[in-house]
Amino acid sequence: MTTQILIAGFGGQGVLFAGKFLAYKGLLENKQLSWLPSYGPEMRGGTANCSVILSDEPVGSPIVSKPDVLIAMNLPSLDKYENDVVPGGMIFAESSLISRKVARDDVKVFYVPATELANSIGAPTLANMVMTGKLIRECAAISDENIEAALKKVVSARHADLLEVNLKAINTGLGYED
Amino acid sequence: MAEKVLMKGNEAIAEAAIRAGCRHYFGYPITPQTELAAYMAKRMPKIGGVFLQAESEIAAINMVYGVSAAGKRVMTSSSSPGVSLKQEGISYIAGADLPALIVNVERGGPGLGGIQPSQSDYFQATKGGGHGDYHLIVLTPASVQEMADLTALAFDLSDKYRLPSMLLADGTIGQMMEPVVLPEESCGTVEKPWAVTGTQMKRKHNIVNSLYLVPEELEKTNFERFERYKEIEANEARCEEFMTSDADVVVVAFGIAARVSKNAVVAAREQGIKAGLIRPITVWPFPKKAIEEAAKHVKGFVCAELSMGQMIEDVRLACGCSKPVLGAIRVGGMIPTPEEVLAKIKEAEGGNA
Repeated sequence: MTTQILIAGFGGQGVLFAGKFLAYKGLLENKQLSWLPSYGPEMRGGTANCSVILSDEPVGSPIVSKPDVLIAMNLPSLDKYENDVVPGGMIFAESSLISRKVARDDVKVFYVPATELANSIGAPTLANMVMTGKLIRECAAISDENIEAALKKVVSARHADLLEVNLKAINTGLGYED
Repeated sequence: MAEKVLMKGNEAIAEAAIRAGCRHYFGYPITPQTELAAYMAKRMPKIGGVFLQAESEIAAINMVYGVSAAGKRVMTSSSSPGVSLKQEGISYIAGADLPALIVNVERGGPGLGGIQPSQSDYFQATKGGGHGDYHLIVLTPASVQEMADLTALAFDLSDKYRLPSMLLADGTIGQMMEPVVLPEESCGTVEKPWAVTGTQMKRKHNIVNSLYLVPEELEKTNFERFERYKEIEANEARCEEFMTSDADVVVVAFGIAARVSKNAVVAAREQGIKAGLIRPITVWPFPKKAIEEAAKHVKGFVCAELSMGQMIEDVRLACGCSKPVLGAIRVGGMIPTPEEVLAKIKEAEGGNA
């Protein structure tokens, strides 16, 4: 099985970090995987996105053009990628920042007020990880194992104090019913 | 088996180079190869190596020339416009018959172009690049694993045949992360009796030079060099073949274009089209034999490239123009989609080529 994930948002929302977390989690689970960031000038304050592919087979193209899962952290990202999601796929919309509804009716949609939820646990910068928690909750292809171990890989030793709060953010998403 | 780690392609090159005994890195910053230089800046001082950010690409390649003359493994890295600046030095290194590794993580051109991935330095890399008659061994990684493995191979081949080697990558493979098993430590086994290391008054001194004012002598160095090139062409052409044995259409693609093309070939097979893929791992020497073999049974070839079709010429030459060669082409930082490659496969299969 192959799961193609596209995470998109503003630069600074932790889009690449969330992707890295999923990639490290895949590595721990012996999956084949790729992680590809957008590295254009747009990442300096504009839109940022990253493609993550998790698979049981070798990954072909690392570019996700038809995502099974889209995490849209802002409205421009939803506008841009909504129609690319495969029928039967999933869209996670950051509903603190996106006021409109998803127009598609052939995909599963989850509205998550990730920024509000992150604020409520005192971690306003971790909407990305709240969203990731919700993804783990809803997406059968991504297990709820190895969360802490993957976090340890992706949170640098220098910022080890942030482990706890990242874990809290993921758990908040894991517990969120929309 | 050694542990798998997650790394960016650019970082994998740097770590693999260090493990291959490279302790001298000279460069000048440019996107999208920056992580390579950053990794070297962080690691080299800790292991007694040299990381030096030169005042320009030209200075950096000449520092490479100097260290190589002293018999040490040495490298530089850059991206397309920066590699153009290095061409004079690369020609000198080739003319002095020295080994060295030059990494080009290509971006769109010509001119300053853009910072998104490209393969449009193919001619420059495979046909010489600078002035004079010379070649580089050019390796084209298509995964983070190959970024590491081919770095080690590039050093070995470069030492063995005494010519510069180039790792010709693109922004995508440089920026992406994949699991990688890093190569074992090795410093190569090739003796370098020609190195300029000081004689201690015990032998005649060595001279490293690319200047030969007597035409007969200069001609002789060229003839001798091309004898070595023949040997390289006979022994070192590498490629991966995927479903080619019964193929009606063979896609030829390297690097990121090969990754995309593999998806297209799988999709074509699902639709009952006999497609295959030849993925050059060296583009000089070009894997001519694989193309020749495929030409015996295919209706046509498709070159999927991030250039205006620079590799098409080599595929045509390799098959003696016996079969049509189409291009699935995107440039400027764009990458062909599997659907675009598939459309070209269908066109070649339908004989519309």
